[in-house]
Amino acid sequence: MRGILSSTKFNRFFSRFLTYLFLIVLSIIIIYPLLITVQSAFNASDLTAFTLDLHMHWTLANFQQLFTQTLYLTWFKNTMIIAVSTMIIQVIIVTLAGYTYSRYRFKGRKNGLIFFLVIQMVPTMAALTAYFVLGLIINGLDQYWFLTMVYVGGGIPMNTWLMKGYFDTIPRDLDESARIDGAGHLRILWQINLPLAMPMIAVQALWAFMGPFGDYLLSAFLLRSPENMTVAVGLQQFIADPTNQRVAMFAAGSFLISIPIVILFFLLQRNFQSGLTAGGTKG
Amino acid sequence: MESQNIKKKSVRKAGLLSLIPGLGQMYNGQQLKGFVFLAVTVAFLIELVTIGIPAFQGFVTLGTVPIRDHSLFLLVKGTLQIIITFVFLMVLILNVSDARQVAKQFNTLGYVNRSARSMLKNIWENGFPYLLTIPAYFVMLFVIVFPVLITLLMAFTNYDFYHIPPAKLIDWVGLQNFVNMFFLSAYRSTFVSVLGWTIIWTLLATTGQITLGILTAVITNQKFIIGKKFFRIIFLLPWAIPAFVTIMSFSNMFNDSIGAINQQVLGLLNYIPFVHVSDIPWKTDPFWTKTALIMIQTWLGFPYIFVMVTGVLQSIPDDLYEAANIDGANAIQKFTKITLPMILFATAPVFITQYTFNFNNFSIIYLFNSGGPGDVGGGAGSTDILISWIYKLTTGTSPQYALASAVTIVISIIVIGVSLLTFKKTHAFSNEEMM
Repeated sequence: MRGILSSTKFNRFFSRFLTYLFLIVLSIIIIYPLLITVQSAFNASDLTAFTLDLHMHWTLANFQQLFTQTLYLTWFKNTMIIAVSTMIIQVIIVTLAGYTYSRYRFKGRKNGLIFFLVIQMVPTMAALTAYFVLGLIINGLDQYWFLTMVYVGGGIPMNTWLMKGYFDTIPRDLDESARIDGAGHLRILWQINLPLAMPMIAVQALWAFMGPFGDYLLSAFLLRSPENMTVAVGLQQFIADPTNQRVAMFAAGSFLISIPIVILFFLLQRNFQSGLTAGGTKG
Repeated sequence: MESQNIKKKSVRKAGLLSLIPGLGQMYNGQQLKGFVFLAVTVAFLIELVTIGIPAFQGFVTLGTVPIRDHSLFLLVKGTLQIIITFVFLMVLILNVSDARQVAKQFNTLGYVNRSARSMLKNIWENGFPYLLTIPAYFVMLFVIVFPVLITLLMAFTNYDFYHIPPAKLIDWVGLQNFVNMFFLSAYRSTFVSVLGWTIIWTLLATTGQITLGILTAVITNQKFIIGKKFFRIIFLLPWAIPAFVTIMSFSNMFNDSIGAINQQVLGLLNYIPFVHVSDIPWKTDPFWTKTALIMIQTWLGFPYIFVMVTGVLQSIPDDLYEAANIDGANAIQKFTKITLPMILFATAPVFITQYTFNFNNFSIIYLFNSGGPGDVGGGAGSTDILISWIYKLTTGTSPQYALASAVTIVISIIVIGVSLLTFKKTHAFSNEEMM
């Protein structure tokens, strides 16, 4: 009897030990690369590669160089303009479309939903040549508005599905009673459903905002002149040339661009779970 | 039912009359609406004669005189004209069905809306869902449908660095690009090699991130863990930080000679007794570059799965596990019989989107090692996936636009085909009340 007891006790201890071991090892694997990037941003010595350096001298010189000798601030501004406009336009369009497909039954609805589903699978970014030609013709190359529209369009199909999924989880009884009270289409949307969908709208806004920050392909391809570049393309230049690696500047620039995004991310991450599980899974 | 003095409208007649758009509406007594339809038709006909027919001609020939004729513009104008014509045909269909419907309504209700005011009110009331979705369709038409059409068409031309308009003309070449891709030995070997790695990459990297995501969620969700919030924040970091930042940092860290992985991490492993690891050629050996890419994508992609699966886990009712305990199930049985099926049931569609995402995951391939090392012909490196090969074909010093478009078409067919099949298999949307 005692033998069995101690063996289950041992088992429990062992499984807890393994659990914590897993959590700690995974944490180290995540923290380590991030830590050395952050640290390199403040490292005074002339770096060629990131390594964890426990005896380094801290400095802000890298940031100073970044601001004075490169176009970093311009890139940052460009990225912000593109990201914010993408966010606003995309969230409005997606919210309206998602709401419609969740709440209204109308002719063509089913075909519309299938269209969104299929078109979402088309790797639009692979249509590079077409974007180039289109940009050439409507004078959109090297222009923010064109890139913004490409981002918005690419985000619509998938996010409309997620948005529709979220609206599906909001009970319709409220709509019904409002309608009986004489509320019109806009009032039901604006005063009843939008406030309830706020968590998902916040998530959508964050994702639409983060998209342009993470994209390299389209911005490198469609924005040509150095003063129009986004941060991703600009920073890549710091480390693209093997003979002239500006690793510390790259780290400093990366650190600065990541801070606002990480803060936003964690402010809004509470909403992710409901947004993802409602929208991303079965209706 | 109806009062005697109202003459019935013939639904058939209304439909037939509206073959000349607007007449059907006028027959129904809706002069204004009829006039709008008629005006649209006249406008389209004028457009067709003045712009449309030359556009179609240009589309067929793609130009005859270099410099004067810009083949690309002709291609695009032709495509636009096709879209315009298509939209007009939709209006025609709408016109006929509207005439028939109104005639029916007249017969049952005995009246129709005649004034502009009631027409607008009708659009607002019944057309509200269409009004709300118009912006989405409008943007998608120009940013998705139109480029996809252009790409589709370009795949059947010879647009490459020998044929750059306006100095040179582009011509239709039929299936030549596809024939080259599948049968011409140089391109075929590139295509087969790139496609092979794309598939292996997609399967391994995505399965890696899904496995780690589920594992982490299940382990972190255990009740006894102290500091859950702390671990959760750490596990979300790879998702929160822009991917290009981490990929470029990793690219630096995996440097063969001076990178942190070889210098510090592997060095640390050597402290373990009997273990000796020498420097690994992460950037110069295709096998190790591929290994590094898969590890990095697992690192980058698992938090998304982690968050989602955590949500599912918290929604599994406790009594399921209690019942399993009473039945004497062990931990592994509980996992495989309760937890895993619940997770897969709820999140299978999202997993599929993760596979398609990695199939086209350009950033990591291009930013980590530019698709290198080495060369598998056709301008592609040994770790290039289809999308990064397209990028190189398009942006290289001797661009192959038409071939790139053909590859894009092949990618789209693969992705759409596989996704549709799996969506159907997993019954992802069977619960969706489609209608």
